[in-house]
Amino acid sequence: MMMRFIRFALLVMLAFGARLALAVQPDEVIKDPTLEARARALSEELRCLVCQNQSIDDSDAPLARDIRILIRQRIAAGESSDAVRAYLVSRYGDFILLKPPFKPETILLWLSPALVLGAGLAAALLARRRAPRATPALSADEEARLTALTGGDGPVG
Amino acid sequence: MIVEIGHFALVLALAAALAQTIVPFWGARVGDRRLMEVGRNAALIQLALIAIAFLALVNAHLTSDFSVLNVAENSHSAVPAIYKISGVWGNHEGSMLLWVLILAVFGALVALFGRALPAALRADALAVQGAISLAFLAFILLTSNPFERLTPAPFEGRDLNPILQDPGLAIHPPLLYLGYVGFSIVYSFAAAALIEGRIDAAWARFVRPFTLVAWSFLTLGIAAGSFWAYYTLGWGGFWFWDPVENASLMPWLAGTAFVHSAAVMEKRDALKVWTIFLAIIAFSFSLLGTFLVRSGVLTSVHAFASDPRRGVFILAILALFIFGSFVLFAWRAPMLKQGGLFAPVSREGALIVNNLLLTTSCATVLFGTLYPLALEQLTGEKITVGAPFFNLTCGALLLAACFVAPFGFSLAWKRGDLLGVVQRLALAIISGAATATIGAAWLGGRSIFAPLAAGLAIFVILGTLIEAVLRAWRPGASLGAVLRRALGLPLSFFGGALAHIGLGVTLLGLSGLGFGAETIATLHKGVPERVGPYSITLDWVGERIGPNYKEAATTMTVRSGDAVVAEITPARRQFEARQMTTTEAGLATLDFGQVYVAIADPTPDGGVPARLYWKPLVTLIWLGAAAMALGGALSLADRRLRFGVAARARAGRAPLAEPAQ
Repeated sequence: MMMRFIRFALLVMLAFGARLALAVQPDEVIKDPTLEARARALSEELRCLVCQNQSIDDSDAPLARDIRILIRQRIAAGESSDAVRAYLVSRYGDFILLKPPFKPETILLWLSPALVLGAGLAAALLARRRAPRATPALSADEEARLTALTGGDGPVG
Repeated sequence: MIVEIGHFALVLALAAALAQTIVPFWGARVGDRRLMEVGRNAALIQLALIAIAFLALVNAHLTSDFSVLNVAENSHSAVPAIYKISGVWGNHEGSMLLWVLILAVFGALVALFGRALPAALRADALAVQGAISLAFLAFILLTSNPFERLTPAPFEGRDLNPILQDPGLAIHPPLLYLGYVGFSIVYSFAAAALIEGRIDAAWARFVRPFTLVAWSFLTLGIAAGSFWAYYTLGWGGFWFWDPVENASLMPWLAGTAFVHSAAVMEKRDALKVWTIFLAIIAFSFSLLGTFLVRSGVLTSVHAFASDPRRGVFILAILALFIFGSFVLFAWRAPMLKQGGLFAPVSREGALIVNNLLLTTSCATVLFGTLYPLALEQLTGEKITVGAPFFNLTCGALLLAACFVAPFGFSLAWKRGDLLGVVQRLALAIISGAATATIGAAWLGGRSIFAPLAAGLAIFVILGTLIEAVLRAWRPGASLGAVLRRALGLPLSFFGGALAHIGLGVTLLGLSGLGFGAETIATLHKGVPERVGPYSITLDWVGERIGPNYKEAATTMTVRSGDAVVAEITPARRQFEARQMTTTEAGLATLDFGQVYVAIADPTPDGGVPARLYWKPLVTLIWLGAAAMALGGALSLADRRLRFGVAARARAGRAPLAEPAQ
């Protein structure tokens, strides 16, 4: 995590000089709270393209601000969230989506938890099958010795 | 001169590591005790030498010796002394030196306290530990020498990165490294057990304290880092699923699984092969994390290790130790004898479910972190795997693991009674379900996670408490008898209980996120602005001068109704030496929640653009983590798990009355 700060700091230094703006600024906010909420929800799932793994909602970068404003303009103009997202993907590619879309290239990624869990379960079941089921029952000879030892009271428990 | 002594000590440490790798290993093969003993001495000497090197570097930083490149690049004469010291590991070279120092500390602990172990096992473990040390010392000396001189020496250093000028840097990396590197012992012992082809409960008992130390420190280290991010980065986030964070989470997940499966092995002599496997992957993930962070693969432009030689070198180390151990595992593991039968519904069974869920989430983090890299290499297509992916996948898996936790804690070993446990936990189950329902109704469907997490948190906390009480209390028992029983329970039982309660507390803190509030506004003097149940008023805004920065400072009053509940002082600092600005958030802790205010530069008319947050229960996230770590420490304090006790118990002098938990 330390690296995160260092990278973050270096990034800010290299790319944007000394000035840090605040993530979402008061002048960006749309007056209508439902539209603003939609804009916020959308900006939380979009990546700041010049940052490390940060959503544009959290980012201080000027490009993130530009995209936030663009989203708000389009939403205020009555576009659906899906349409705005599709527009941004057409411009910047899937790279901008923090949640990768489900498509052939990402099938393995999305299925990986299920596959690993399934493989683990299968391995556990297999190991169980291979293991001896229970302590084998006593042979007649052992029964006789046990009876002798316990003085004829028979097996206990 | 002191700098050269440090450098020379590091070279000698390399020689000691070489001796530690070869001699005891050879001794164990030919059965020569004197050769095996060399490992012990080499480990102690190595620690002394690395400590000298480390202190030499600390001295160079403290005295601002800018003829040392590392100091000139990462320090400044005006930096407060504490940041001169923590600045030692606030850079690539210094942090690697800290890494090997901690590695040597753990090696020395084995040397000092490993007397109860079979000599060959200890010799092999020290040899493996020596090999790790050898690899990393070579890495430092060949590619990342912190003692490199700079001529001519500059008059002033380039300053420590302002974001690192924080107590967080003094605490977070050492804790994290104690965790990361602590797993190296577990790894070394797993490798030694495979080499010897024998593993038993005594092995688990000896490794357990190291596991608990490593796990507790890693927990604290991750929590400290997340708290640091929370208050420094200025938007109140504390976990970003950043590759670097994922790199620390993976060993934690594997380590948590290991702590649980090692318990099964210790008590029931089962899951041996699996426990060895986890021991190997826990440290492999630590190495992978080091590689990802240090090589710059993930962070091509911004990593401080931009030298490609370093990446290749660490990749070679990684390949050697991970593949080496896997080969050893594939070759020798089938020889380990399995024991300990159990029914599917039993504590062992629940721990297997726990292990499955934890390792799956660990694998998911791994896939999510590396998938974009692999895809870009194979197809050239760039995708992002970010927080929404991990929240969905790992979130679900980890919530499921939380759900299993109280059942595992209450089930009996060998053959459990699920119906009985459900009856025991009925109160906890009902309370949890009620909390989730009320939470969902309150939020009106705004978040699924928050009410679910809150319900689960209540279930975990109450369920664990109920189990703890029922262990001591019997219907009709007198108070004295209950107390005697409670005191008779092993400390490790309370350790486990505390760790589980800590898990619930952290989960409760996370659920609070869904119930928070946020206001974005430009504040003007005397005009209150609402956030959640509080109102915040800007009282003063002006400039202040600090030791190596100047800041735009403010004071604000937090009110609940008309009553003043807190004063906060959010600010923005401007650091001259690096021309950087940092955000100092204004924080007020109210109950377990926090009011969090981050400001931007004041506008010319005296307004202050700000983000105001109300984050209910947020402090519980870190308090819970602290409780988990404390639980680990409590288990560690259990008398019967101290070094050597197992051997004395075997000798019959101190027979174990009750199995440790």
